[in-house]
Amino acid sequence: MVRDDLRCIYEIAAKDMRTYYLKPPAISWGIVFPVAWTLAFYLRSPGDFEELVPGLIAMTILFSTTAAEAVVINFEMRLGSLERLLLAPVSIGGVLLGKVLGGFLFGLLMTAAVTAGTVLAIGLRPDLTILIPVAVLSLLVFSSMGALFSVGFKEVFEAQTFLNLPRFLMVFLCGVVYPISAMPAPLQSISQLLPLTYTVEGLRGAFSAAPSSPLLDSIVLAGFFVLFIFPAMRLLRKRFE
Amino acid sequence: MKAIEVQGLTKRFGSLTAVEDVSFDVEVGEVLGLLGPNGSGKTTTIRMLVGLSRPSEGDARILGFDLSSGIAEAKRRIGVVPDSSNLYDELSARDNLLFMAKLYGVPKGVRDERTEELLRAFGLYDRRNDRFGTFSRGMKRSLTIAAALVHDPKLLFLDEPTVGLDVVAARSLRDLISDLHHRGLTIILTTHYLEEADRLCDRIVILVKGRVVAVDTPGGLKRSAEEGSVIEASFRGAASDHSADLSARLPGSKVVVLDGMRLKILGGDPTRVLEELVGFSRSHDLGLEAVNSMKPTLEDAFVRITGLSPAVMAKEKGGR
Repeated sequence: MVRDDLRCIYEIAAKDMRTYYLKPPAISWGIVFPVAWTLAFYLRSPGDFEELVPGLIAMTILFSTTAAEAVVINFEMRLGSLERLLLAPVSIGGVLLGKVLGGFLFGLLMTAAVTAGTVLAIGLRPDLTILIPVAVLSLLVFSSMGALFSVGFKEVFEAQTFLNLPRFLMVFLCGVVYPISAMPAPLQSISQLLPLTYTVEGLRGAFSAAPSSPLLDSIVLAGFFVLFIFPAMRLLRKRFE
Repeated sequence: MKAIEVQGLTKRFGSLTAVEDVSFDVEVGEVLGLLGPNGSGKTTTIRMLVGLSRPSEGDARILGFDLSSGIAEAKRRIGVVPDSSNLYDELSARDNLLFMAKLYGVPKGVRDERTEELLRAFGLYDRRNDRFGTFSRGMKRSLTIAAALVHDPKLLFLDEPTVGLDVVAARSLRDLISDLHHRGLTIILTTHYLEEADRLCDRIVILVKGRVVAVDTPGGLKRSAEEGSVIEASFRGAASDHSADLSARLPGSKVVVLDGMRLKILGGDPTRVLEELVGFSRSHDLGLEAVNSMKPTLEDAFVRITGLSPAVMAKEKGGR
């Protein structure tokens, strides 16, 4: 059963990469949006671009993983093709993890491209022992968050619309462009409840010599992954009952 | 060993009981038809048997594996054709089959050969590189069946295989199902087309409101309808407008409207039926043209057993 699940998880992710992710809409949301956003801030203050790099990578992680993830499950459910996957010897959890892996791999590609591009262009030397685990855990967190929204709504547009709320909230409240310490106290408290805060914090630690707590950030991110993936599995199981 | 043993299968959705205490067996190599109108529980029963939905009560053994504990093993050996053609529009015919083969763990060496063999068998080889989304309904249905056979299953579930197809495509698909049967595949077929069930099935389970009301061969079901007469009457006028009056005149019979000017009367004493038909025609000035005594069809048996009109079944799914 585990072997069947592992095989199906890989095949579902590979198929999703071909059919959904490596297509212009997903690529534009995944890479063009964060780059355009960062460029706007760079043009306003070119000297501080180094400061923006962790935020740029965090936004790429957020938008690339959730770009198509938030709709693929919902879309396939409406077409009935998700049900077809469940006819194969695979568990519901296996199907969901296959979908999450698709978003994760696409996010990994986009994030690797953006990170390598900026690091080489500016000549930065990030601490890879912090960057890689924080980035990988963040990719898992936001991919599973997209899956949760995709399973939670019946209509594709609903999932996409409702996901925009936490996405943009996180862009403003999680230290992507404005330091959390400069925000009013109530907003600082809210930012502690949002996963992107720990992504940005971890990435800042990887790009600067400033003191950071990557282990704590990683543990919190792992917690968010569990918090998203299990309710998503439960909801998906319920949809088929 | 039986291919399927179903015992007391029940499915409830809140206060609604969709399937209640359903029991039947399927022999290896048999084509069993699940027949019933929409909402009779056919698809819900199939969904439970293929592991898409958990039964509220009861159990089943599929190819020797318990539904409750061995569904993963059973899934490796069964093919399922859902009531909609739900392969991937963006993938080609060949890629759809290859993807399904990979999901079922068909070895790499066998995968290509099996895919090509199925594409040829289903007459889709020339369109193998075309996207599924560009196919006609009949071709989509054929490829959906091919996808269910890619891992060489021992048992095939076909849920309403010919719904929405034109006459030619439906006929060719029925030939294909017959062919699969002759090759020894066990098939469970759900349909609301009575003639389809009559032609393809070795035995038929009739479901009404989630309960099994009859299990027999098509011949056996027809014989059960022979106990009463089957009389068809043609009129010059619109007899269907007054069918309620004829029903009232023949309390022991079932009056079925075939079309505006033709009625079928199932059951009752033939002499009395004839007398009432003449009286009915005169009182409404319908002009009785012809009266024929018929051999009962599966449709007649279905009407007698369920009390439902076959027209209701056809209307529900836009049947032919």
